[in-house]
Amino acid sequence: MPDDNTERKPRVSFWRILLVVPFVATLWVPFFNHAKPEIAGFPFFYWYQLLWVVLSAILIWIVWRVES
Amino acid sequence: MFAAGIVFAVLVVAVLILGFFAARWRGGDLSQLHEWGLGGRQFGTLISWFLIGGDLYTAYTFIAVPALMFGAGAIAFFAVPYTIVAYPILYVVFPKMWRVAAKYGFVTGPEFVRGRYGNRWLALAVGVTGIIATMPYIALQLVGMQVVIGAFNLGIGFGGHLPLILAFLVLAAFTYTSGLRAPAMIAVVKDTLIYLTIIVAIIAIPSSLGGFGGVFAKIAHAKLLLPIPGPHTTGVYSGYATLALGSAMALFLYPHALTGILSARSSETVRKNAVILPAYSLMLGLITLLGAMAIAAGVAALPQFAAGFKTYGPSFAVPALLIHTLPGWFVGVAFAAIAIGALVPAAIMAIASANIFTRDIWKEFVAPGMSPSAESQIAKLFSIVMVIGALIFIFGLPQKYAIQLQLLGGMWMIQIFPSIVFSLFTRFYNGWALLVGWAVGIGLATHFALLNHLKGSIYPFHIGGVTFPCYIALATFVVNVLLATVLSPVFHAIKSDRTRDVTSSADYA
Repeated sequence: MPDDNTERKPRVSFWRILLVVPFVATLWVPFFNHAKPEIAGFPFFYWYQLLWVVLSAILIWIVWRVES
Repeated sequence: MFAAGIVFAVLVVAVLILGFFAARWRGGDLSQLHEWGLGGRQFGTLISWFLIGGDLYTAYTFIAVPALMFGAGAIAFFAVPYTIVAYPILYVVFPKMWRVAAKYGFVTGPEFVRGRYGNRWLALAVGVTGIIATMPYIALQLVGMQVVIGAFNLGIGFGGHLPLILAFLVLAAFTYTSGLRAPAMIAVVKDTLIYLTIIVAIIAIPSSLGGFGGVFAKIAHAKLLLPIPGPHTTGVYSGYATLALGSAMALFLYPHALTGILSARSSETVRKNAVILPAYSLMLGLITLLGAMAIAAGVAALPQFAAGFKTYGPSFAVPALLIHTLPGWFVGVAFAAIAIGALVPAAIMAIASANIFTRDIWKEFVAPGMSPSAESQIAKLFSIVMVIGALIFIFGLPQKYAIQLQLLGGMWMIQIFPSIVFSLFTRFYNGWALLVGWAVGIGLATHFALLNHLKGSIYPFHIGGVTFPCYIALATFVVNVLLATVLSPVFHAIKSDRTRDVTSSADYA
């Protein structure tokens, strides 16, 4: 069996509500199916979704920090 | 192409050798299934990151997703929301799974289901779904490798299918000897090469095409964005969103994904990975854009690539772009990254299927009293069967069968979501009700996929005068859940299976 040093029951916090945000932001297509505004040549459609990769990781990080 | 060939061959051979050395890494008794098939549940955050990342973002992904961008345009970008929403799911659901599995010594998902419901037929259904969905997936990893080796064959002559067959036979051999430690070790090399390739490609290629502005300016407007839905239909919008959501829900149910998770050292390792794995999603998004760059570079019209496109279709877009724009030796690095990118997931898929075959089929139905070392032996042998089966699949049958079966595989995988995921949160369900839901879900998904002639995974459902194109997996999953939910109280009333639960409610608190 593995060493269980880090094994503990994590708290489940209210902050988990943040984890719903990426679903809404990236699955509601009318939010982002536009060409403008562009950033560095990227149409909005592309940079918006790429930006959400980073934002969703930050949201998960916040929840993890709060719960551990 | 000659320099590329040398660099490619050296890197791939070095990695194959590394696979054998992995047996001695963090030594364990490889005659125990959890040592061979889960690497001893000891991988820390970084190794798990490489292993799970290397496992989910496969060579086939790296070829097929930009190929879709190249051929169909913006719809290919669904891979980005897909791999965004997968990680909140990972964070909430799978640390729980890890804790229960580690406590009771479960090596596979179906084993957990059997422990939870005391129903080996439900566990069998879950296990067989996983193995069948995995088989074409391994076969498609060969396609990724086939395309880059094909590019060499067209350029310098590289021995036809022989290098591919040899690489996979060696893969079968080191999987047999080293178990999960081999892909874990190789994944570190593979992803270092992949990240290197992408960073170079993303900086070097657009600069020769007038920057990203120049790249996107060359994409036809119809391909640059999703088409706006007409009246009385949600159009491509609902197709895009449901494809992303349904794929994300199925992702961690695949045996290879679950194996990656269960091999982590602790549930905390799994949680940390939900934070850092999105780095791969960012990379996948950038790789998708290689398809756009291939359009902008006009590689499809260049005579030297005509034979490649004729043989491999849009899958040849990325290899052609790399050959066209990068120095020869670096093309070797990039192609090696893709080829090794096929070996890692293929090995993990073979191991994961072997774990299921051993614990949920062989031990449960054929040889109940088998010893731990016999378990490990059966698993090792079955992993070879899986790899050789994939080779036969890809060379013996038209490639379209592997693609069609993989499409079906995703729709089948999601049908085990209630059995695995719901069961981590509630014991409301009854095993037989879950089995009925599963069967109907599989049947309906197959039915609609056949109506699409196995060509597309989005079906236009008509609801009250509105057309709602939806990923078949998600629509049939809803029916599955409704059925399991309605039938569970009925089955419990006839004969409750709650007393057969070997886990305790405290495990899920």
